[in-house]
This record gives sequence, structure tokens and C-alpha cells, in this order.
Amino acid sequence: MPATRTPANSYRNQPDERGHFGAFGGRYVAETLMPLILDLEKHYRAAKADPAFQAQFDDLLEHYVGRPSPLYHAERLTEHFRKLAPEGKGPKLYFKREELNHTGAHKINNCIGQILLAIRMGKTRIIAETGAGQHGVATATVCARFGLPCVIYMGSTDVARQQPNVFRMKLLGAEVIPVESGAKTLKDAMNEALRDWVANVHDTFYIIGTAAGPHPYPELVRDFQSVIGNETREQIMRAEGRMPDMLLAAVGGGSNAIGLFHPFLDDPDVAMIGVEAGGHGVETSEHAASLTGGAPGILHGNKTYLLQDEDGQITEAHSISAGLDYPGIGPEHSWLHESGRVRYLPINDDQALEAFQLCCKLEGIIPALESSHALAALPQLTAEMDEDTIVVVNVSGRGDKDIFTVADALGVSL
Amino acid sequence: MSRLSAAFAKDHPALVCFITAGDGDTAANLDALVAGGADVIELGMPFTDPMADGPAIQAANLRSLGKGTRTADVFAIAGAFRQRHPDVPLVLMGYANPMVRRGPEWFAGECVKAGVDGVICVDIPPEEDADLGPDLRKAGVSFIRLATPTTDSARLPAVLEGSSGFLYYVSVAGITGKQQAALDSIQQAMDRLKAATDLPVAVGFGVRTPEQASAIAQVADGVVVGSALVELVGKHGAEAPAAVRELTAALAEAVHNARKVAA
Repeated sequence: MPATRTPANSYRNQPDERGHFGAFGGRYVAETLMPLILDLEKHYRAAKADPAFQAQFDDLLEHYVGRPSPLYHAERLTEHFRKLAPEGKGPKLYFKREELNHTGAHKINNCIGQILLAIRMGKTRIIAETGAGQHGVATATVCARFGLPCVIYMGSTDVARQQPNVFRMKLLGAEVIPVESGAKTLKDAMNEALRDWVANVHDTFYIIGTAAGPHPYPELVRDFQSVIGNETREQIMRAEGRMPDMLLAAVGGGSNAIGLFHPFLDDPDVAMIGVEAGGHGVETSEHAASLTGGAPGILHGNKTYLLQDEDGQITEAHSISAGLDYPGIGPEHSWLHESGRVRYLPINDDQALEAFQLCCKLEGIIPALESSHALAALPQLTAEMDEDTIVVVNVSGRGDKDIFTVADALGVSL
Repeated sequence: MSRLSAAFAKDHPALVCFITAGDGDTAANLDALVAGGADVIELGMPFTDPMADGPAIQAANLRSLGKGTRTADVFAIAGAFRQRHPDVPLVLMGYANPMVRRGPEWFAGECVKAGVDGVICVDIPPEEDADLGPDLRKAGVSFIRLATPTTDSARLPAVLEGSSGFLYYVSVAGITGKQQAALDSIQQAMDRLKAATDLPVAVGFGVRTPEQASAIAQVADGVVVGSALVELVGKHGAEAPAAVRELTAALAEAVHNARKVAA
């Protein structure tokens, strides 16, 4: 539950009743799905108001996921950046350690919430899309936990390069269907999941992995992920007796970022930075920075910033991080970008790779390549911040899944 | 009387045929549809992410885009068709993003210039009508909505509000070109829809053969065939027009005579 009050001119009262975050969001789906998502919204409103639902969610987060996740003072990384910064500069760095969750990332928070909602709606079959496989593993996990059949759509390109996660999903009892259409990556997996859903609306619940898609998904995913920010508020107050000066998180679809940011949006002194995947550079055609290098459009049920050409054809995204390799972004981020409340900047593959290694060596934490993008923004952001300031970085996932990609990028054969 | 109204005012049910713009020799294939007896043409606007379409139309979209088809080409194909066939109604069908990319006013204006009679947009439900509907209506272009088996009676008035030309009934909950709906379910849907609107109702999704088309034409105002035609374009390439014309003629005979056969 939100820890702050909501003033009239709040940044925390979106979306409106039609699911719009300013000019973004909405429900751009085929007519077959409309009645279902209206029904989902109705059930979500009821669940949100039901203390028993909240209690079950909290209980599972505590005992199954392992929450709260620690807020950790990253002492050596703090020292490292202070040495590089001018005298008296270099903030105190904290990590919100979502990588310590069951299944190794923040994704599970949302999956727990959505499967409880699916059960509440009487749905008996679960589908999901996945890119790198993290959301697929989290979905397969909750399906195993609750005994529901699970079908995961995954682009065949991703299946080939993420074999360990494919095997994990299968061990957990999920059926993994390789998607051969389009570029055979996350976007195509989402198309295929939507095709399945439209043909099986009567019994199937679609667990969307990020704070995007048709209303009410962006709202409910944000709400389930807001446990990250709510915990952070309590933890930083306990540790420092005050609010942080800056929050930093990687943004693909943007669920870990919105989960951290949302509870702080009405604290004007807390700056927030969302880090997009700059791939080989936003000046090239190979990146995944929808806000920096895209334009507003309509895809996968919502209006948001997209990578697209002048005819509105969607262009392929690129990032070394499969979890950020998507040509869109959650609609609330598009709105926060245009309103100026959150600043978004791109970080390239090579910068993320460097931050990945630095974090391994200085903190003994192998961060996900997604989270490494957030860490890689630290040098440029912290050099001008005073020593008595506080920055919280969301370490959204662990990087064990990425060691093959990193080895490959470093020219090491395993 | 508009071209669309006239097509549904004939003394027989209408055959509505879909092909994807820029896939194969589109002009020749469109002419083959007309020569075969199609009453209404649906011209698909290719999109990179056709999430409501089955494998046949997905492949057609990719073939078209792979050849470099641009939005301007789609309107050029439509405009040239209008020159050759002044009386055959032409409807653009596709997804929201290519339609709204340059703004709905621009899109509606291009439709008027090219002689497009109506627009079917898969992913703009009535709830998001403002993105396209007002500009189409202002320009006098029909916004043709889709009703589905999941459209309950509470929603139906919203679907009908602001739509014109005809109502497209998606007979199965699913994607294009796959399974076919049971005839009695179509009959029930027709009764429900016709009680709520005076618009003609065309039934599509999964209709592939003259036999299926004939059965549906006995209860509907129109029958839509897409994937089966698009497959011919994919299979026969430059030779497709002859095959397209042959299938269209068989479908037209079945649809146009359906009620005579029944009677």
C-alpha cells in the first residue's frame, strides 16, 4: 500500500479511469480481447480492495520470494567513485537487492500478484511471453507453485541463445513454444502470446512481464512491483533517517524502475533516472532506447514511445541485455518522460559491460546486464553530487544468466 | 447511395475479398478479384506486427514489407484501383500504428484522395475511437468496426456507435485463417446483431471454401475470405492472378446463389 498521501497535483494518480497516463497507455486491443480486459480490470479493482488478497500476496512475498530484499550500502563502489570524483564529491551508494529474490530478479513480484488474480478470476491456464527467459522462469515458477498449466512463448533466436533458461522453464513444468515469426525475439513472442490469448480467452490468463500492454496491465504490474519502492522508503529512513537524493534503475519495459520510482514520485527532492539500453549507440540504428530514439505510437495494446520508421513500421531493437531488447516502453514512463518528472538517458552495451565487471570485482555481486545499465550511469551522474548525498540503484536481477553473453563479448570461450 | 451501401443492396449476399497490399502483383490480383465477382475489396495495409493474423497473412505482411512497400505505395495501389474500377467499394484493413503515424487527419485525407470507402482497424476498439474515428467520419470515410463472439449485448451498442458501411463479424475468437465457426453459432450471432443494427453484417475469419461461404451466405449479408486468397498469392507469385480469379469466381458463385440453392 502507498506510504505517502496523494496531493491533488500528484504524479501518483495515473492512470485515469480509461487507463491513460496523460497521452499514453489505453486499451488498443482487438475486439475479442476487450470484454476480457474490462473484466480483468473489474477483478483487479475488487482484489485491490480485498484485504485477504493483499494478505496472501504479502505472505507469499515474504515466505516464498524472500522479501523484504535488503537495502545494501555498496561501500567499495562508493569509495571507488569518490576517488574518481572531485574533492568532496561522490554520493553514498545503496543497492536495492532485487537480485536476491527467488528466481533471481524482480520479475517474481509481479508473477505472484498476477497468478493470484488469475486464480481469483477462475482461469485455469497461464500463458506468458519471454525474451531472455527471466519472466518465463518466474511465470513457470508460480505456475508450478499453484499447479496451473503454463505455456511460454519465446522467440526462436532467444531460445537458441538462452538454453539454460529454456531448460529451467521445462524443469518447472512449462511448455516452451519457440516463435518463428518476425525477428524471432521478444516482440514476436508477445505477438504470438496475444494470438494464443485471443483464441483461448475463455480459460486463459496472460501474465504480462512488464508494466506495458493494455490497461489495466501497466497499472497492476506497477502496483505489484511497488513493493520495491515502498520497502526502499522504509529501509532508507531506518538507515539514514531521510529520503534518498536520487533513484536509478534500468528501463526496458520498465517494471523494476516504475516499482522503485512510483512510491517516491511525489517527493520533489528525490531525483529519478531511468536508464535505457543504448546498444551500439543511439546515433546508430542498433539500440533499444525508445524514449531517446523513438516516437509515440501504438503497439501491443498501448500508446507509448516506440522504435519505428516514418510509416509506423516497428523497427528491431538491439541491446546486449536481452531483457532490454524491446522496441517499446511502459506507457507510464512515456508520461513521466514528457512531464519531466523522471529523466531518461541511454547507456551503451560497452558501458554496461564495464559496469558489470566493476560490480563483480568491487562488491562481489554479479549483476544482471539489465541492472548493469543502471550501474553504468553512476560515473556521469555522481561526479557532481556531494558526499553527503544518497543514491539508490535498483539491482533488479542477478547476472548468472548473462555469463555466456559476457564471456562472448569479452572474447572468452567457456 | 455510397459504393458500400450499393454493394450490400444487391439482390444477393456480398462476397468480400481480402489481399495484402504490396504482396505479389497487387494491381493484377485486385483486378482478378473484381473479374471473379468480388463485391467488396479489402486491401490489407502491411504491418511488421500483425498480432491478430494467422500464419498466411503474417507471411503476406512480411513479403510485402520485405519488398519495401511503404504507406505511400498502399495509397497509390488504392488510387489506381479506383481509377480502373470506379464502382467497386474498397476498404483498407490493418493496424493502428501505420494509420495514425502521420496523424488521423492525414490518413483520412489520403483515404479520400485515393477513393477509399472505409477503414477497418484491428486494434482501435470503441474505447479508443478518438485516435481515428472522428477524422474518418469528418472525411466521410466509413469506420467499419468488428464484433466478435465475446462482444456481449452490453458492449454491442458501443461497437455500433460511430461505425458505418457494414459490421464485420469475426465468427471465431482467434486469429485469421484458422478454425471455422459452427454454423449455428453464426446464425445465433446474426440474429443478435441484426436485432441491434440496420448495418449489413459480413462474416469472416476461417472461411476458405465455396461450401463454407455458401453456408454462411444463407444467414449473413456478406462473407469475407482472406487467408485462402493470400495463400494463393504467396504460392503462385506472378502467376497468382489466374488462381485468384478462379477461386474468387467459385466463391462468388457460391455466395451469390446461396439463397437460391437453399430455397
